[in-house]
Amino acid sequence: MSSLTANTPARRPFIKSRALRRFLSHKLALIGVIMVLTLTAACFLGPFFLPYDELHIDLMARFAPPGSGGHIFGTDPLGRDIAARLFHAGQISMAVGFAVMIIATTIGSVVGVVSGYYGGKVAAVLMRIVDAFLSFPSVFLLLALAAFIQPGPVMIALIISATSWMEVARIVEAEVKSLRNQDFVQAAHMLGLSNRWIMFRELLPNAIGPIIVAATLTVARAILLEAYISFLGYGIQPPLPSWGNMLNGAQQYLQSAPWLAIVPGLAITIAVTGFNFIGDGLRDAFDSRAQGE
Amino acid sequence: MLRYILSRLGQSLILLVIVSFIGFAVLTLAPGGPLSQFALSPGMTQEQIDKIAAQMGLDRPVVVQYFDWITNLVVGDWGTSYRDGQSVLHVIGSHLFATLLLMGTATVISVSLGSTIGIFSALKRGSAFDYTMTVFAMVALSIPTFWFGLIAIYFFSLNLGWLPAGNMYTVGDGSVLDYASHLIMPAAVLALVDVAIWSRYMRTSTLNVINQDFVRTAKAKGLPRRRVVLKHIVGNSLVPMITLAGLQLPMVLGGALVTETVFTWPGMGRLFLDSLGYSDYPVVMGLLMASAILVLVGNLAADLIVALIDPRIRLD
Repeated sequence: MSSLTANTPARRPFIKSRALRRFLSHKLALIGVIMVLTLTAACFLGPFFLPYDELHIDLMARFAPPGSGGHIFGTDPLGRDIAARLFHAGQISMAVGFAVMIIATTIGSVVGVVSGYYGGKVAAVLMRIVDAFLSFPSVFLLLALAAFIQPGPVMIALIISATSWMEVARIVEAEVKSLRNQDFVQAAHMLGLSNRWIMFRELLPNAIGPIIVAATLTVARAILLEAYISFLGYGIQPPLPSWGNMLNGAQQYLQSAPWLAIVPGLAITIAVTGFNFIGDGLRDAFDSRAQGE
Repeated sequence: MLRYILSRLGQSLILLVIVSFIGFAVLTLAPGGPLSQFALSPGMTQEQIDKIAAQMGLDRPVVVQYFDWITNLVVGDWGTSYRDGQSVLHVIGSHLFATLLLMGTATVISVSLGSTIGIFSALKRGSAFDYTMTVFAMVALSIPTFWFGLIAIYFFSLNLGWLPAGNMYTVGDGSVLDYASHLIMPAAVLALVDVAIWSRYMRTSTLNVINQDFVRTAKAKGLPRRRVVLKHIVGNSLVPMITLAGLQLPMVLGGALVTETVFTWPGMGRLFLDSLGYSDYPVVMGLLMASAILVLVGNLAADLIVALIDPRIRLD
């Protein structure tokens, strides 16, 4: 049906932006949007509908299976309601994801635009640093950093950003390098505009498509990385719940209380899949070359 | 060719210097730093801590410490473990094999399965199979490795009882079959993400080759389709995959760390976590360096193999 409306030439399109139209006709991307919106709504609105809050300890109701006693996802070893903890954890995990997106995209864009614009030695040095950061397995680097700091959500977001900015830097560098010699940049030079103006007002906005795609994928990556280090005990610390630290300790109850492991893992998978779907849709939407694919 | 090898080797060495400096800076400048284990113990006075710092040379400027550390690293003195006084190189060496075995098996699985999926996706582009595999790949990329491991243990060990839930071998057994039964589940779990990545890249790479002139020529000559696919298409689309294998190394290594934890596999990942738990600073540092070296060597090897196969590279 969507192809029918798209091919009707007489009507002016309801949505003017071609990229947005392409995005909206991308099935996976829409599924991704629905997944992310549903999960976000559940995490922020869900707690209002639950009979228990995330800190309520009920030792009489330890290991209650899902569905019993008003606990839709069951309870944990302390008798706390998993649904309440899951929603609260979701707020934190997603907040970390978005914070990393903003920080990492900013660092990456600045490094990328500077080395792409100046080229030469500046680019050689900056891009070698990018390569060096990419040579470490990010989980190793993250754990090494996390073990020696005071782990709070802000610090966790900062160190995940420190290991997530390189992709954006590479993408922006390549994009800016290809734009550097175009007429509008020459014109800007001739007008006597400052280097900073040209970099951030002329070049960077022209690379916005790939940056948005990379930023979306960074959210997915950040949620995953937070889950990894929190699962291993070096991320967000209890009693503050995160999807990762809810899984920490779930392994020893795998036989008796499998829902402890299954529920938060599903939440992570849904969130990350959602952002990856959106990122894929955005890539197709911005990339006019991919039309034939 | 020799010039290419030398220039590539030079690049790797420069990168290694930067990598080592970043690794050193990260761990030395982190709050607490190498002395955190002393600073946290209650009976310690600041005076004593300062004295230990002076003894260990930690009161010197960072750059001096770095040069001291890197020269020792080059001559093979990676320090001694705080935990049991063994040499760091020895400790890492004794855990290297387990990790390489796990990573190697996972790579064999992901390369063979991922490439096959990718080739078929490209040959049957736009089909239901292609679409399903696209969705599968994106979901697989989104599943946390450790969680997938937990679910696998839940089904195959706890419920079905087919495979052991952890460790590398049964004490007292140690036959090849015993090793294999312990290896298969963690390797498959570790391979999942890579299968997804390989299938995507192989699909793109195959699509690039399919549209090239020599494939059209081969078809026009009347060669059987089977021969065109196997010899002309697959052979050529595999070449960029060698580079990819090198680039994927950090991810596989990071995945191995997490997988080893879930499956209590006695490799470098487990060692890393244990050492973090004990604040065993020299071992943590050594492992960080060892993993980076492994990655750089892997990338270098991949590039050299590609140059050996593809003469176009060498001419640049």
